[in-house]
Amino acid sequence: MNMWQALQDPNTQWVLMGCVLLGISSGILGCFAFLRGRSLMGDALAHAALPGVCLVYLLTGSKSIGLFLIGAGVAGLLATYCITAISRHTRIKEDTSLALTLSVFFGIGIVLLTHIQHSASGNQSGLDKFLFGQAASLVFADVVTIMVVAAVLIVVVALLFKEFTLLSFDPGFGRGLGFPMGFLDAVLMLMLLMAVVIGLQAVGVVLVAAMLITPAVTARYWTDELSKMVVLSGFFGAVSGVLGTLISTQQENLPTGPTIVLSATAFFLFSLLFSPRRGVLARMVRFLRMRRKILREDVMQALYEQLEEQLKSRPTSVYRGFGAAMLARKCGKRTAAVRHALRDLQKRGYVAERTRTDDETLWTFTSEGLPVAHRLVLNQRLWDLYHMNQNQFHHLEIDVNQEELAPQLSDEALSLMLAQLRAYDLTPQLADYQGFSHLLQQSNQGGLSL
Amino acid sequence: MNTFWIILTGSLVAASCGFLGCFLILRRMAMLGDAISHAILPGIVLAFLFSGSRDILPMLVGAAVLGLVTVFIVQMLQQSGVKSDAAIGVTFTALFSVGVVLVSLYTQQVDLDLDCVLYGEIAYVPWDTWQLDGVDMGPRAMWGVGGVFLLSLLIIGLFFKQFKLCSFDPALAAAIGIPVVLFHYLLMTLVSLTTVAAFESVGAILVVAMLVVPSATAYLLTDRLHAMLFISMGVGVLSAVCGYFLASWLDSSIAGAMTTVAGLLFFLALLFSPRHGLVGKLIARRKVRLWEA
Repeated sequence: MNMWQALQDPNTQWVLMGCVLLGISSGILGCFAFLRGRSLMGDALAHAALPGVCLVYLLTGSKSIGLFLIGAGVAGLLATYCITAISRHTRIKEDTSLALTLSVFFGIGIVLLTHIQHSASGNQSGLDKFLFGQAASLVFADVVTIMVVAAVLIVVVALLFKEFTLLSFDPGFGRGLGFPMGFLDAVLMLMLLMAVVIGLQAVGVVLVAAMLITPAVTARYWTDELSKMVVLSGFFGAVSGVLGTLISTQQENLPTGPTIVLSATAFFLFSLLFSPRRGVLARMVRFLRMRRKILREDVMQALYEQLEEQLKSRPTSVYRGFGAAMLARKCGKRTAAVRHALRDLQKRGYVAERTRTDDETLWTFTSEGLPVAHRLVLNQRLWDLYHMNQNQFHHLEIDVNQEELAPQLSDEALSLMLAQLRAYDLTPQLADYQGFSHLLQQSNQGGLSL
Repeated sequence: MNTFWIILTGSLVAASCGFLGCFLILRRMAMLGDAISHAILPGIVLAFLFSGSRDILPMLVGAAVLGLVTVFIVQMLQQSGVKSDAAIGVTFTALFSVGVVLVSLYTQQVDLDLDCVLYGEIAYVPWDTWQLDGVDMGPRAMWGVGGVFLLSLLIIGLFFKQFKLCSFDPALAAAIGIPVVLFHYLLMTLVSLTTVAAFESVGAILVVAMLVVPSATAYLLTDRLHAMLFISMGVGVLSAVCGYFLASWLDSSIAGAMTTVAGLLFFLALLFSPRHGLVGKLIARRKVRLWEA
């Protein structure tokens, strides 16, 4: 059956409708779970639902999703209670109590499930679909139940959006404002549980947690605003629900759970790589750019300091400029990298060739480059001074992550620091480049001059 | 005889998982164990497809690789700013889905069905025996689990001091020059190996139960690592034995029943542990109150 034919079938349309709603509601709730650090709670709730579902079936013999919802809900509440009680009343940590509750409930569920299967009352065939999900087994009544639950979830989130935001970011502040944070947390938990339960039949016990986690994490890559994140996450959830269901219709015997999860993961991987601000590629580009900038600055500083030294120690000797190898030694970088940076600086008009010997080019500043280098060196030396005499300056409010120090200082502090630099004989000497113009290259002129 | 083999295999699974589980829960990595046990599924399926047999060696290699890949991915995601629980959740669901899809696509070639992926088929273990020079050496699964168990006993026995220090105070361990990261990955390799060896018998999810539940029980009963290791193995073996009989009584999955018994034992420890049990705490509190009054 190809995809288009599948879409024409009214039955498939209903199933897809169910999956879209499912994706939206679990995507939305997943955001709050993610921000609360409760992502794996969904996993525990889903696994815990299995014994509930099996018990309901054992007791009533019916397979209606409404009844399963109740059974799964009760089991989920019990599991939530166990997780919090174990980690609160004993020395067992939360992650252990989570894994413990999850696996024990699931074990009990497996015992019940296999017991039902072995006692073979004939009508049990649908039950093991709960493990990996089979969206195609959704019937009209199930879809209606899903729609009602999803609508309730979305409306409640819309109504309590402000409160849930507070709960996710700063529950202590919320309590201070007089909101019943414990109650809201319980409501959120209950809603998570409902989202998990309606997801069971389509995605399955084992993987339904991914519907809560993956879309939310994906959305986080694209925005810093909760309202946008919730919308995006719902969107990713819905699209992966549809894609997964369609893909699984293409192959017989392929459960929907894994295909839905894999579609969501594909979105996640795409965002991980290509998100404009947090993506791996964007970070890498930023990192490389930063590294190049720092290299350029180091090279300029090295050139400046060499020049300074030469003027100080041999003011009368012929100035021939400095080669890449020497600058590399000075600033501790590889020669090839320094050569590359010098070409780069030349393009920006900050340095120029002064002389060219057989094996290397010797460089000096242009008249544009020198003030830039002066500023860099002054900034560097001020920072050195600040770190050296930090106890003198600790009353100043300095953000050490800022690049430049001087703009952060008051005039008074700046003049104090400059006086100290003079005392250490560290004042950059080449500020007034008019005096050294014979050492510079005019950038527009470019060629060799003596 | 079959009963004996099943119980022996189950006990070996429980003992080796219980042994490693102690280190997992001390380092607060229980959920990472869960993630590994799910995520090795594609490794097992790929090993199946490439080797075309049910040999244990390719499966161990495939699973160990996937286990390490999981730990690596989780760490990478954490470093790029994803919260650790979300990183675990994304990684293991994705890898497990790949595994399930592979099983469904190659269902003819792969002699694994989805149910047995989840809860194993320890009942069939005695029929899959290992023939050495025509001599029946007993079930293959038992040898696999036994071998991995010996390996982890050996490695942890050799580096016991280092593992102990890394579990309780990784910062100190790093400061005195123990390669903490290496031991972390070594432990994770052992967990992956144990998981895959146990996989055939108890399935992906119940391995976690065997990793976490007996060791958590032991954690409630003692304050010494040595004692914790032995109690954990003991609880594991006890739940394997009782689980077998519970399962034959209920006519259900043996692995599920083992988990249920382990859960029950944990519950008993939770209530009646002499130092950390709830009843003990209640009595102590009452005594204090009487003494104050």
